[in-house]
Amino acid sequence: MDEVRNLLALYRRLIEARLRAQLQYRTSFALEISGTVLISFIDFVAILVIFANVQQLAQWTLPEVALLYAISGLAFAFTDLVIGHLDDFPGLIRDGNFDLLLIRPRGTLFQLLTADFQVRRLGKVLGALAVLAYALANLSIDWDLGRVAMLVVIVPVGVVIFASIWVTTICIAFWSVGAREASNAFTYGGQFLSQFPINVYDQWLRRFLAYIFPIAFVAYFPALFILGKPDPIGLPDWLRFASPLVAVAAAIVASAVWRFGVRHYQSAGG
Amino acid sequence: MPAIELEHVGKDFVVRRAAGRFRRRTDVVHAVSDLSFSVEPGSLVGYIGPNGAGKSTTVKMLTGILVPSRGRISVAGLVPTRQRTKLAGRIGVMFGQRVQLWWDLPLIESFELLRHIYRIPSQIYERNLSAFRQLLDLDKFLWTPVRQLSLGQRIRGELTAAMLHDPEILFLDEPTIGLDVIARQRVREVLLSANRERGMTVLLTSHDLTDIERLCSRILIIDRGRLIFDGDVDTLKARYGKERVLVVDLEEPGPALQLDGARVIRVEGPRQWIAFDGERLSAAQLTAAAAAQAPLRDLTVQEPEIEDVVRRIYQERL
Amino acid sequence: MLASLRTDLEIARRGYLRYAAYPAATAAGAFTNIIFGLMRGSVLLALFAERERIGAYDAAATIAYVWLTQGLLNVVALWGWQELALRVRTGDIATDLIRPIHPMRTALATDYGRAAYQLIFRGIPPVAVGVLAFHAVLPADPLVWLAFLASLALAVAVSFGFRLLYNLAAFWTTDTRGTMILALVVMSVFSGFVIPIQFFPPWLAAIANATPFPAMVQTPVDIFVGVTRGPAILVALAGQLGWAAGMLLTSYWVFALGTRRLVVQGG
Repeated sequence: MDEVRNLLALYRRLIEARLRAQLQYRTSFALEISGTVLISFIDFVAILVIFANVQQLAQWTLPEVALLYAISGLAFAFTDLVIGHLDDFPGLIRDGNFDLLLIRPRGTLFQLLTADFQVRRLGKVLGALAVLAYALANLSIDWDLGRVAMLVVIVPVGVVIFASIWVTTICIAFWSVGAREASNAFTYGGQFLSQFPINVYDQWLRRFLAYIFPIAFVAYFPALFILGKPDPIGLPDWLRFASPLVAVAAAIVASAVWRFGVRHYQSAGG
Repeated sequence: MPAIELEHVGKDFVVRRAAGRFRRRTDVVHAVSDLSFSVEPGSLVGYIGPNGAGKSTTVKMLTGILVPSRGRISVAGLVPTRQRTKLAGRIGVMFGQRVQLWWDLPLIESFELLRHIYRIPSQIYERNLSAFRQLLDLDKFLWTPVRQLSLGQRIRGELTAAMLHDPEILFLDEPTIGLDVIARQRVREVLLSANRERGMTVLLTSHDLTDIERLCSRILIIDRGRLIFDGDVDTLKARYGKERVLVVDLEEPGPALQLDGARVIRVEGPRQWIAFDGERLSAAQLTAAAAAQAPLRDLTVQEPEIEDVVRRIYQERL
Repeated sequence: MLASLRTDLEIARRGYLRYAAYPAATAAGAFTNIIFGLMRGSVLLALFAERERIGAYDAAATIAYVWLTQGLLNVVALWGWQELALRVRTGDIATDLIRPIHPMRTALATDYGRAAYQLIFRGIPPVAVGVLAFHAVLPADPLVWLAFLASLALAVAVSFGFRLLYNLAAFWTTDTRGTMILALVVMSVFSGFVIPIQFFPPWLAAIANATPFPAMVQTPVDIFVGVTRGPAILVALAGQLGWAAGMLLTSYWVFALGTRRLVVQGG
């Protein structure tokens, strides 16, 4: 409990400090936030263009795809907000500054995650919320407690899944800082994948996204449940509720891979 | 129980070098070989050696950054890489050339964040902070973002950051590099008082002999991964610190000068390097003697570099 | 004249070598390009389950489009380039101004060196995957290849001109990050990189074609894929030339303004 309080105190201190520093430049900050809001809309433009040409994409309508996009977008926006700066970590290794984390009495991953907080990334959250509003306004969903709960729970669960993927793949920097760009294929790639119904993809990729690289659990399966849609490719029903478990498993894998990476760094000398 | 203890510690690195256009060669570099020494609590130890000798590698192994390839290490009774976070709370580390503070935030914010990271009790934090504010004159820039600080100001901040949590052992890697004379003096005073009043053990690596001389009762010299000297300052000075070198430019190139109490160690055209015992002969006397033998155009006096000291120790070891 | 051409080639060679020094990064980048190719390909092909053609594009053309754009992404540096802005911010630009060659010319030559390297090492892998694993079709006519390469060279120039413009903003403001990110996203949509402009509703396509962005990606791709044929190719190339010239001239003028400001204000 003490641990949690300390963590919250530290995080609050950090966020306050960052907010103060970033709000000092009011106009620049306003520009940046509007910039990120616009950016999250422009991503959606591609989907609108797609649906200007067809009525359905793999048997999903525009509002349905918008729901997928919004859920995935919200989860990713929060992930980016909280750990987006993890992309700077390979630079730390390259400059020899990762050592500075090892001499402090906290876990290295903990320190990295709490190292920064870019307020402007909230803009992406606003953009995703706008798309969500559009989706919900244009869908006739049979709302019940379960469906509402799913919508609420799925965003933090999605954050854990995305964050775990991010941490796991960025660990490649422990072995090769140069190769770090490969992690983009999984983090930003994963987000791209999660915006579309998985029946768009080939059979092998669908299975991959369900069983190995669990991106389908961020938005697709929960969306199936919320929409009350039968799975067009006939995957088992219980998968729709497996997201929290998947998140836990992903977090375990991420932390194990990270520890393995740190261990390698301590042997090889970085 | 010693504060720091190393037994037959070795560290190897595997280095891949390019050999020709497409092939790679794998070499093993022995950064540290068979290193053994121990440091009692409350000591102030200097750890010196030429660049690439293995100083940083040793400090990294002592602070939990690197795992040794061989041997046993104990710091504050703990095994650094196995009990890293526990040890980190009891030691302080400062790298003169690395920035540990938060770059974009005011200095005071860095201290506050460290307070939470190290879980420093308020009382101790307040006490230490006000002590350092006074000792290091921090108030003038306490609210300035770190990126806007001068080097001297930043180092004072970094030093404070390393000691805020009352570490038992303090590791300093080039803490005074680039500082002016006054700033160096301040750093030394802070270290001496912490050592005196709180019994803080200090391990200092520095290229500045003055720092070492004024602070350290004991000096360890490492070269090419091995410990080649372990003793006090007086022994070091007695053996190697007295020799100075007078560099003279003769009007015309000529044979090596013959001088009492001095020997010519190198001749290049009109320039000659003359080594002499600084305690027995003064530079002025030697200059006069040299000028008597051949007309001089110019001269300088060289003080012993740590590299020269170490090289001489190494040569003697052979 | 020949001497200065040799200098340009030498500078370009340096640009090439600079990127060749990071093979791990290039390999990782090519890997990412291929993965994204798989994903985009799947999504866009799903459209053709509903329709035979969209504009002049059919499924085969779309496959070629996906893999080609993944390969060209880095050649035309669609995701940003900040070297000039960085040099202005750090003040290094001062040393560039002392040199006998105009910094823009050096930068352009370097950029072509960079583009050549990335054409080989990040352009070929995705296209190879597209051909081998997804039956992407390559042009049969050698003249089309020639036209494509000419168009690609012009695309690099257009892209360079645009990149210069948003880099030159650094002469006037210290924080360009927000506007740059926005510029990049607009660029990627309107260049046809995300979705072919052929898929756009007519009003949106009109807006896109009024910008220099399609000249960076869509134009060479349309030649390659066979959508732009015969005399239309010459029209397309002329358009690219126009955009390139326009932006390079504008950059030259803005650069002069900026350096004057720098010299007067002391950076």
